[in-house]
Amino acid sequence: MVATPAHLRRSAAALGNEEVLRIRNDFPILQQHVNGQPLVYLDSGATSQNPLSVLEAEQEFYEQRNSAVHRGAHHLAVEATEAFENARETVADFIGAEWDELIWTSNATEGLNLLTYSFLNASLPGAGPEAARFALAPGDELVVTEMEHHANLIPWQELAARTGAVVKFIPIDDAGALDLAAAAGIIGPRTRVLAFTHASNVLGTINPVAALVALARSAGALVVLDACQSAPHMPVDVKALDVDFAVFSGHKMLAPTGIGALYGRSELLNAMPPFLTGGSMITTVTMERAGFLPSPQRFEAGTQRISQAVALAAAVNYLSETGMDRIHAWETELGQRLVQGLGSIPGIRVLGPAAGEERIGLAAFDVAGVHAHDVGQFLDSRGIAVRVGHHCAQPLHRRLGLTATTRASTYLYNTTDDVDAFLNAVADVRAYFQA
Amino acid sequence: MSLDQLYQQIILEHSKARHGSGLAAAAAPEGASSGQSHQLNPTCGDEITVRVSVAGGKVSELRWDGDGCSISMASASVLTDLAEGMTVAELRTVIDSFREVLRSRGKVPADPEVLGDAAAFEGVSRYAARVKCAMLSWVAAEDALGQALAA
Repeated sequence: MVATPAHLRRSAAALGNEEVLRIRNDFPILQQHVNGQPLVYLDSGATSQNPLSVLEAEQEFYEQRNSAVHRGAHHLAVEATEAFENARETVADFIGAEWDELIWTSNATEGLNLLTYSFLNASLPGAGPEAARFALAPGDELVVTEMEHHANLIPWQELAARTGAVVKFIPIDDAGALDLAAAAGIIGPRTRVLAFTHASNVLGTINPVAALVALARSAGALVVLDACQSAPHMPVDVKALDVDFAVFSGHKMLAPTGIGALYGRSELLNAMPPFLTGGSMITTVTMERAGFLPSPQRFEAGTQRISQAVALAAAVNYLSETGMDRIHAWETELGQRLVQGLGSIPGIRVLGPAAGEERIGLAAFDVAGVHAHDVGQFLDSRGIAVRVGHHCAQPLHRRLGLTATTRASTYLYNTTDDVDAFLNAVADVRAYFQA
Repeated sequence: MSLDQLYQQIILEHSKARHGSGLAAAAAPEGASSGQSHQLNPTCGDEITVRVSVAGGKVSELRWDGDGCSISMASASVLTDLAEGMTVAELRTVIDSFREVLRSRGKVPADPEVLGDAAAFEGVSRYAARVKCAMLSWVAAEDALGQALAA
């Protein structure tokens, strides 16, 4: 196993620039220059970077343990299975779940599709009595919000189109908060699923999970939480949040691409029809039919992403040892610095909560007279990486009267100097484009 | 390559001037055969609608409406200036030449004799993420031209 870097032993003190500068040394990619300037990476909301301990964990797996899991009696098969299942336990523990409630997926998008296809299978004739609680009929309602990433919208649209169910959405106010009074009117007896994001990837809003769960519970609806922008950045306990399902992506939390997870309450997972079927997820197979294993194997057909799971566990260890509460506090500080700084530049409209209001460590904004692509290109010339476009949230942008925005998103390896370099560059954008 | 080589002054000026913008405000010219094409860049949401009108074998008018970055808007503006008055064959040649330069990753230099002001977009070919921005109106014009001739 790879040793934990000395500086990562959990400290009680708040995370600050000095410690962040040491943290940065663990990230080889952050050491480079781009366009002659030190790289300022402010696109972790899209994809985060990997510390050495994560890269080494993946390499160590391939050098020492690589083999098929859950089959074979040889030494490497045992080692690989142990590494794979230990990784599951580590990641499950990170979000307060039991090991058998965590299903590996490629990413959050696949986790949400797994759910919707499972619910679709439950809606087909002959799905059986166990699956009935997930079956959808014409007129059933699937409730999402106006601020969802396409990944938590389109799978529900497709499920609705195939079952006759209807997608409804909770509107936002102009400050980017969900309209809870409207939500209380929308979530009702026909609501079967409430799916919403924990934290918005565009607005930075942190949604009131408890209030939304209470509405769903009173309607008897299942709750699905998109934790893509929360699990990497703040303490998340799925049991304390009392959600039925949650999804997140490893590449947004210091792990490689190709790995993510779906959390589900074990009682629900074991009643859900499988999505993908094939090897590894079965009990007895005849030429006519097959029996299925309980969760998690029930949803893990075929050879899994083993090294990626091991790497995600290493990433989660890195985050835990730094302290999720400390990371959250630091990114909150960076988020406020972003919003305050952007707010003082003429012609900038920041989306979402105002300065001083709660938000995660990111800010999306519009620059008057300059398209987001041009803003991003200008920032890149100064070595600053941001995201431009609709951030996979076209309906949200349309609601705000925009087609594309620029987004700066921070992580535990960003300093206040990163934020200031970004703000200084943004201040020069409009003059360059003669806006 | 510097930012100024990408955003040449001529591009910044055309991105503001937007020659030919205002399709919705004007009907297609009478006596000409017109075609119209809508193109969308799904990665950034840029979109454009181009109408090409042909009379007597020549492009009598090009009008467009669009929303997008400076590269895409300037490109449509430059295209308008170039296309109007050209024969159908000339416009096709210039579109082919523009495409060849833009998709060359900096390997094919622009010929100002053929491309005129559009040669200023040569630098865009080094920015893979921006090639579609520059091509958007040209793809729309090519499609609209085909429709005008088929009409």
